[in-house]
Amino acid sequence: MSAPALSTTPAEGFTSTRFAQHLSQRAYLPAWWLEAKKAAWNQFNALPLPSRTDENWRFSDLKGLDLSGFTVPEDHSQKIPNHSGFAQAAEIVFSNRQVVARSHVSAELSSKGVIFAPLDEALRQHGDLVRTYFQKHPANLGSAKFVALNTALTVAGGFLYVPADVEVDLPFVIQHTLTGNNVSVFPHTIVVLGPRAKATVVEFFVSGGSSSVTASTLARSAPAAERQLVSGVNDLHAAEGAQLTYVGAQRWSRETLAFQINSIAVERDARVLSLNLHLGGRQSRHESHSRLLGPGAHSEMLSLTVADGDREFDQRTLQTHISPHTTSNLLYKNALLDTAKTIFSGLIIVEPDAQKTDAYQKNRNLMLSDTAEAHSLPGLEIQANDVKCSHGSTSARIDAEQEFYLQARGINPTEARRLLVSAFFEEVLNKLENEDLHASLTALIADQFKK
Amino acid sequence: MPTLEIRDLFVALAATPDKPIVKGLNLTIRTGEVHAIMGPNGTGKSTLSKAIAGHPDYVITSGDVLLGGKSILEMEADERARAGLFLAFQYPSEIPGVSIANFLRAAVQARLAEGEEIDATAYYKRLYSKMDLLKIDRKFTSRSVNEGFSGGEKKRCEILQMAMLEPTFSLMDETDSGLDIDALRIVAEGVNLMRGEKLGVLLITHYQRLLDYIVPDFVHVMYDGRIVKSGDKTLALELEAKGYDWVKQELALSASAAVATA
Repeated sequence: MSAPALSTTPAEGFTSTRFAQHLSQRAYLPAWWLEAKKAAWNQFNALPLPSRTDENWRFSDLKGLDLSGFTVPEDHSQKIPNHSGFAQAAEIVFSNRQVVARSHVSAELSSKGVIFAPLDEALRQHGDLVRTYFQKHPANLGSAKFVALNTALTVAGGFLYVPADVEVDLPFVIQHTLTGNNVSVFPHTIVVLGPRAKATVVEFFVSGGSSSVTASTLARSAPAAERQLVSGVNDLHAAEGAQLTYVGAQRWSRETLAFQINSIAVERDARVLSLNLHLGGRQSRHESHSRLLGPGAHSEMLSLTVADGDREFDQRTLQTHISPHTTSNLLYKNALLDTAKTIFSGLIIVEPDAQKTDAYQKNRNLMLSDTAEAHSLPGLEIQANDVKCSHGSTSARIDAEQEFYLQARGINPTEARRLLVSAFFEEVLNKLENEDLHASLTALIADQFKK
Repeated sequence: MPTLEIRDLFVALAATPDKPIVKGLNLTIRTGEVHAIMGPNGTGKSTLSKAIAGHPDYVITSGDVLLGGKSILEMEADERARAGLFLAFQYPSEIPGVSIANFLRAAVQARLAEGEEIDATAYYKRLYSKMDLLKIDRKFTSRSVNEGFSGGEKKRCEILQMAMLEPTFSLMDETDSGLDIDALRIVAEGVNLMRGEKLGVLLITHYQRLLDYIVPDFVHVMYDGRIVKSGDKTLALELEAKGYDWVKQELALSASAAVATA
């Protein structure tokens, strides 16, 4: 079910008039939600933009954080994307905030209580459930202003609820497509896995009208260079013993300013694997905050970035160990080309009660260019005395002999780089159990080298 | 019949272009022929093969290399390879994470026309038949290129690549180095299987040992950046018996004779 059509009067930026209009069009939604939006709107306006002195924004291009002139798109692209290439449990496709395609969960899953719906529908039909988990554990990495903007204006987003003991093998897919110049979108996805539930969620973020999530169709329609703004938020919850795999793949246009703020809450003996793939955008900030809330909880935090052109990828992470006997493992790999810039800033916090924590954090950068720039800021903050924590950061240049070896077999330099980057990424992709998904991401990465 | 012509070639390290390592080398190889270049260490044998293959550390300061009558000096390494040159490395690179199957697939794909996709079934069929021919276990294909390979495995992997890519001319740089006698025999068998009128081979070797297994049509002795003596396979035997000092002495004699007649 798609959101009701908005007025066709074009809006000028994020004005209070525009916001009031946004609210009045949503009077049918629960009162708490509208109140949350109002509070967020006020917070967005009250909070300053990040400043030079803010440690959370060290090395970021603050001049690039220009929110002026963006509007929310009033209509969606007429071309409805095709469904993705791999087998899936269900899919929701948004184009400019509106649902343009949707497949529903099977009757069997539905009868077991699985809910997979656009946020708007979930708010109306399962308002209390959404309310329980919506920003229950906000990420604390410096983007409160952009999260507030998301809450104030979010329309597009998915809500997945998998009840206790229900295991779903096939992925749930959510796609966000943004088309147009000076437009913005605010996706908010909430995933709730009940005790011992198991599910995989794949979220695609792409610019450009007709592209669908499949790598093969993306290859045919490279993202257009449209100025766009995205501020996305995720709330991922895994209750006791649950197993969640979350994949986010981003390929925004070359002129997109993108924020994506992930919150991961892992309870006793639960396990969350999150893998974020970053390919697009002009300036793309990704924050991921894991909280290990119960003994035995594990968070596997993975990221792959192909940084080419003059893009900036800004990655901030937090692994907060709150309970004893919790583990986390972070591996962020960046391949840098041209004059691209990456920033990785990661912190492991072990709270006083979190004895026997085992936390690891690693950032690896593969430099394919002398003019690219990789910053790495790893950190530890340990308040317990019986823990195992370590971090590491490496930057390696591609071995000239390896490159020559590939070329001496007739493989051109671009393809040689693609092979070496794929090899570099394989360690991370191999952690995905779903081979079709693995193949789909591999193809998406390969496509980034076809220019 | 295609030829590989090396004309008055001077090669130096890119970092020190005024210090030539190869100093005016001339050699013409036709398909169907196997030439061996022998010579003491440090005489420029490996430099010659890497420079012809387009290694970026080397610069050709003068002279020319013609493949089928066309100069290859303006071509990048990958273009030279696609034009039919193959360098079997003395020390093949390890490429962790890239399987042999995917690596060779990319190399075969690179030789197809723009927009043409490799036929995966046919590719694997061909790969397996070449592996059977070279007595290589099929499990080999899923291993990362050269990673953790023994010396013999690395060289066999080079021969497999050569068999798959079917070059017109193969430059084999110290193919025998690091091989025990069994591995050497297997590698030599592989080369002998590919020998024929479609392939020209330049074998670079320090020892005569390899030439017991791959019998060359021509043997050249390289010394101080040049070919100083050429002959048939018996030259290699003579060299083995008399040692490289024999060549040096002969050279010194002819040099002093030249001075005497001047």
